[in-house]
Amino acid sequence: MAEKIATRAAYGDALVALADKYPELVVFDADLSGATMTKGFAKAYPDRFFDMGIAEANMVGVAAGLSTCGKKPFVNTFAMFAAGRAWEQVRNSVCYPHLNVKVVGSHGGLSVGEDGATHQCIEDFALMRAIPGMVVLCPCDGHEMRLATEALLNYEGPAYMRLGRLAVETVTDAIPGYSFQLGKASKLADGKDVTIIATGMMVQMALKAAEALKAEGISARVLDMHTIKPLDEEAVLAAARETGCIVTTEEANVLGGLGAAVCEYVAGTCPVPVVRHGVNDEFGRSGKAPLVLEAFGLSPEKIAECARKAISMKK
Amino acid sequence: MEKSKLQALAIQATKARLLAVQMVHDAASGHPGGSLSCLDVLTTLYFDVMHVDPKNPRDPDRDRFVMSKGHCSPAMYPVLALRGFFPVEDLKQFRSIDGHMSGHVEMHVPGVDMSTGSLGQGISTAVGMALGGKLNHKDYRVYAILGDGEVAEGQVWEAMLSAAKYKLDNLCACVDVNGLQIDGRTADVMPTEPLDKKFEAFGWHVITIDGHDYDQIEKAYAEAAATKGQPTMILAKTVKGKGVSFMENDAGWHGKAPNDEQFAQAKAELEAKLKELEG
Repeated sequence: MAEKIATRAAYGDALVALADKYPELVVFDADLSGATMTKGFAKAYPDRFFDMGIAEANMVGVAAGLSTCGKKPFVNTFAMFAAGRAWEQVRNSVCYPHLNVKVVGSHGGLSVGEDGATHQCIEDFALMRAIPGMVVLCPCDGHEMRLATEALLNYEGPAYMRLGRLAVETVTDAIPGYSFQLGKASKLADGKDVTIIATGMMVQMALKAAEALKAEGISARVLDMHTIKPLDEEAVLAAARETGCIVTTEEANVLGGLGAAVCEYVAGTCPVPVVRHGVNDEFGRSGKAPLVLEAFGLSPEKIAECARKAISMKK
Repeated sequence: MEKSKLQALAIQATKARLLAVQMVHDAASGHPGGSLSCLDVLTTLYFDVMHVDPKNPRDPDRDRFVMSKGHCSPAMYPVLALRGFFPVEDLKQFRSIDGHMSGHVEMHVPGVDMSTGSLGQGISTAVGMALGGKLNHKDYRVYAILGDGEVAEGQVWEAMLSAAKYKLDNLCACVDVNGLQIDGRTADVMPTEPLDKKFEAFGWHVITIDGHDYDQIEKAYAEAAATKGQPTMILAKTVKGKGVSFMENDAGWHGKAPNDEQFAQAKAELEAKLKELEG
């Protein structure tokens, strides 16, 4: 049985595990360290942890200033407040001067569940992607999250990384030849009829969709696009050329995120049908996370439906 | 303060004012009012208080400065040029498509420690630098200047809370209280007084001075350096547009360039002042 762990939990573990190797790492939180899972780091390294209270704008600015003194700050709060409330601080205090600050948004997407729409951030990919020079990440499982966290420690510059609330099955550790590289998609399954490009917890659903399609005789490639920006254009172009159609899937608004990035790229290089699967430009709602996801069509079945549609649109 | 030192500061500040007015005139845009009001504080910082080395602008042990009211580039750039961070001639590129003298204060200009312009954000970054000093066991000090209109930004008060929490006695901020902002009197646009009581309530040591009196400015920074366990806020009462008669106390000069005739008058006034100082 594969490990099941939330990406936020794997991230929290990774911060602790990497703290001695990276003495410049410092961690900020805004009164959510129990939920963002930075509390383990806070306990183990109290001198390198700063709880800034419920004041996200200032937290981002303080991290920006501290980064000019040789530290590697990771700022943590919910995706809603990291990418939403503090957007302009991220843009002007961090990204414009290209400072080495990592903005980490936990509880991204609808899988927040019961807390409802005010806390279900579906716009973070679009918001963060729109800032010049920003790197945008959404790892899919615990294994990938640990590798992504270390990759960010070795990347000099601003980045946004989304974490998820729900425990998800670890899949990337069992993929032969899997390796993590910022900006490079991981091919989790190969296929010739359609490519499903997924990010975050939609990766596991994409793999299930590919299995279901296989039973129908449809061969689907699955790309794990953990880095939404910079987009792995090479992998997208190969998908367009070799499979002739694409489905994108993300736990986010279909406007401005992964689907948009793929469309923007293929439209100018190798126009093929792209079906964007995700949240259809509407706010989420309260409920048990699996039921909310189901209600908004974030399921392997819907991804498979999108794949059939994409194939039918091929010339 | 010794008379010779006082005179030297007054000369530098007057030179900076001349350059500020020239820059804004030549660029036909920019922010003269708030630049002229904070120039005596800024000149005292860079020529008397701060430990900086123009030959090594990124020295990790240097004192840091953040112009939180980042539109006051016509104050910042002339002071840095006069202090030797880059040639005075570079100021001709101000706000131009060519060169590196952008409209707001930016880090690609030698000597600038933080890019600013969006109000309320600079002071948080200064808190971060002061925190860095504590973490890295460095003795450097961190300075910042805010506008009194800027103080309406909620982020300023978030920054105040955090600086007090971490007892950042290596941080000294200054509000340039010129009483005017774009839309008019600060007291009318959004009343923020009593600032001294507010900052005190947020855990800061507060000193109120005449922001055009070098003696008071120097003493305030010395008092800040001697204050332990809490950050210091200097409330500098100033005159917006200081040094140019027709710009003084007029909110209209917040973000407007003088025309040729107005510039000639401003230049004549400041040159006369410089001549008087240089004897």
